[in-house]
Amino acid sequence: MYVAVKGGERAIENAHKLLAEERRGDPATPEIALSQIDEQLSLAVDRVMTEGSLYDRALAALAIKQARGDLIEAIFLLRAYRTTLTRFGASDPIDTAKMTIRRRISATYKDLPGGQVLGPTFDYTHRLLDFSLADEAAPALAAEVPAEPGSAMPRVADLLNQEGLIEEEAPGEDAAVGDVTRNAMTLPANRDVRLQLLARGDEGFVLALGYSTQRGYGRNHPFAGEIRLGEVAVEFTPPELGFPVTIGEITVTECQMINQFKGSAERPPQFTRGYGISFGHCERKTMAMANVDRALRADDLGEEVTAPAQDEEFVLYHCDNVEASGFVQHLKLPHYVDFQSELDIVRRLRADFEARRTGEAAE
Amino acid sequence: MSMPREESLLEVRDLGKYFGRTVGCESVSFDLWPGEVLGVVGESGSGKSTLLKCLSAQTAPDRGIVRYRLRDEDLCDVHALSEARQRMLMRTDWGIVHQNPRDGLRFGISAGANVGERLIAVGARHYGNIRTEVTDWLQRVEMEQSRMDDLPGTFSGGMQQRLQIARNLVTQPRLVFMDEPTSGLDVSVQARLLDLIRTLVGTLRIACIVVTHDLGVVRLLTHRLMVMRGGRVVEQGLTDQVLDDPQHPYTQLLVSSILPV
Amino acid sequence: MSGVASAAGGKTLAGYNFAYLDEQTKRMIRSAILTAVAIPGHQIPFGSREMPLPYGWGTGGIQVTASIIGADDTLKVIDQGADDTTNAVSIRRFFSKTAGVRTTESTREATIIQTRHRIPEAPLAEGQILVYQVPIPEPLRWLEPREVETRKMHALSEYGPMHVQLYEQIATFGRIAATYDYPVMVHGRYLMRPSPIPKFDNPKMDRNPALQLFGAGREKRIYAVPPYTSVKSLDFDDHPFSVESWEHCCGLCGAGASYLDEIVIDDKGGRMFVCSDTDFCTQRQAQGFRGPLNSEAAE
Repeated sequence: MYVAVKGGERAIENAHKLLAEERRGDPATPEIALSQIDEQLSLAVDRVMTEGSLYDRALAALAIKQARGDLIEAIFLLRAYRTTLTRFGASDPIDTAKMTIRRRISATYKDLPGGQVLGPTFDYTHRLLDFSLADEAAPALAAEVPAEPGSAMPRVADLLNQEGLIEEEAPGEDAAVGDVTRNAMTLPANRDVRLQLLARGDEGFVLALGYSTQRGYGRNHPFAGEIRLGEVAVEFTPPELGFPVTIGEITVTECQMINQFKGSAERPPQFTRGYGISFGHCERKTMAMANVDRALRADDLGEEVTAPAQDEEFVLYHCDNVEASGFVQHLKLPHYVDFQSELDIVRRLRADFEARRTGEAAE
Repeated sequence: MSMPREESLLEVRDLGKYFGRTVGCESVSFDLWPGEVLGVVGESGSGKSTLLKCLSAQTAPDRGIVRYRLRDEDLCDVHALSEARQRMLMRTDWGIVHQNPRDGLRFGISAGANVGERLIAVGARHYGNIRTEVTDWLQRVEMEQSRMDDLPGTFSGGMQQRLQIARNLVTQPRLVFMDEPTSGLDVSVQARLLDLIRTLVGTLRIACIVVTHDLGVVRLLTHRLMVMRGGRVVEQGLTDQVLDDPQHPYTQLLVSSILPV
Repeated sequence: MSGVASAAGGKTLAGYNFAYLDEQTKRMIRSAILTAVAIPGHQIPFGSREMPLPYGWGTGGIQVTASIIGADDTLKVIDQGADDTTNAVSIRRFFSKTAGVRTTESTREATIIQTRHRIPEAPLAEGQILVYQVPIPEPLRWLEPREVETRKMHALSEYGPMHVQLYEQIATFGRIAATYDYPVMVHGRYLMRPSPIPKFDNPKMDRNPALQLFGAGREKRIYAVPPYTSVKSLDFDDHPFSVESWEHCCGLCGAGASYLDEIVIDDKGGRMFVCSDTDFCTQRQAQGFRGPLNSEAAE
């Protein structure tokens, strides 16, 4: 006698318990503290904050812990929390020209006002496993305290702009900036919406697309005009006050890519921009984002749209890893009703086929 | 050739299209009568393809007007029609035969579906009737009925052009635009295809505008001829007249540069 | 029958609003629903929120349910027709946790039924709302990947390519081979995807007394079929729409006209068929109906 499978409730309860156990691992190993994640896995925290669209190191650390280090899962957790938060208003645009710089490099000028500041980077490390780190009491290295960075660190794009060599950034319209977390995207999307989606977009996806533009799929001849990392003040203008008040400070990475543009009948040849930004230190992401941003401007600049990275619908609809991960993994859910329909039709078609063949053989 | 006693089907006045400072086509005016086949010749860059795109509402002109006489006899400004009506026109009363079959056929669906699609688009909902009509049209363009359910990609270039023609003619349009319909085909295939087009267009009294660089095509197919150069019409008249007694130096050069047809 | 019906009480999750979403969001979603009801079958974009459940697992349906549910509602959640499949359990628990509403397994008792892939066998009544979880709302998506183009096709009612697809199936197989998510015309105007329900359920959508709401979270679209609205499955005059049928009846309750799941019972080709709608099957067994494989359970 067959008894239909029951007990979804209990199965879920049990799965949750197993998950909790796995997350904790061997109880003999001390539990990881949020401050450890924040301090020692800080780049993971940065990525989760960026793609989770929420600047909160402690919550991001908690999400990483709860997700057992699965960053996309952590991003998902953070997003699901963020969506419940009350929206007080939008801050004023941050001014990255006033950033307290920790790292600032330009690939287009050997030297420039404010100089090149290498800062904390993997760039010139040799990728050799450092076995001394396996030792839990690895000695801390004291970094040389940098000389007080030059007070003036103008942005490279602004320097080019003085000569008119680079396009003016289109002045912001008075219309409110789009918000992809509150409104469905409409196409064609404006640049504000595109940049938001790319900033939240999956690092791997954006990286691959940015890479593809460098391999001939929508060439845009990028130069890393400037990458800067540091702290900026966040200002908010309460309507009842009418003037901005500083409400905090955040770390951001910003990348301005400079790209060739041949000019057109209406516009003289000049450099064009691709822009990338992230919370914390996500340099790879911001550079790739800048490449993709520039590629997506192909249509605006009258360039032929041929490559995936230039295809707004393709890029914007597929860059979000929370959406992508959910939908790919929903294939785990039962589909047996639909599959039953498919079984039914395949059987019928096979029967038709057999009948036809026997019929033909009989003739 | 039809007599201008009837009302014209298409009226074109002072049509112009520019790309920045480059002239696509300029100051083009003509009338087309029902059943008339008009040839447009010129070398590449002469503006003939731009003209065809403006006439067939694929591109908006920068100046001038294209008026088409709808079945209810009213002349309408083609470019002022809503997109919905333009699209409707394109799949009912008009046809476009592209130079490259990839632009005119859907390669993901069968030959039969390519032809049937136009019937379905105008409301046909009886599978058996659609099949019958499609079969009939495949026969008329001399295609094997047994290949009806094959994909267009499995056909030869000549067969793909025949399929395009069947797809366009199945809704019995009154005006068909053809862009270099036979270029890229072998000479013998070309000749048979031209013969087929001439017969079909003649029996069904379909008006055609044929853009080509091939004077042989023009001689065989068209009643009237416009010669274009640098975006402008330099000479127009009855085809035989223009080809046998060209007046404009450029036409003379064109005609003398080919072997007598 | 409603074994897991929980006590109503409106107790909700600390730190969260009733039914999870904030009231402003609910108003936005309800406004999208009203627009959807006003234009049957037409997809309305809405500001889909990130939910604590993954995309593709019912976020659209959950948001629709969350924005229409009240403290006195009774909720039923099914997946594949069953109340006890894990995803159905998970969503039902979500609402009992965040809204504290009464839940039920009985189709008749429910005021809101959230579903994935099925329409209950028992007829729905006026006042009930059926909420579908929709993965891909656009019926033309497999024919045309571009949203800009499909919007235009809807605007101009250019639905020919969909029929061409059916034409191709008949040409190839001798019959229409589409089986689930079978396209329908709503109110004679908009082509609509009924979500991946088997085509067996399509006729139930037509002139149904209940309000049918469709939510697609990842794709950020809501659409609706108001009560008593015509829903017609696409077909050809000489190849009319038809539904699945089985040579078997339900092994447990003996039903001969319900949608059956096929269960593999051994590795020697043994199969049995049981109702996919667990509530329907349980009710029938309670009324004394028995299927061929249920003799022992009779007493």
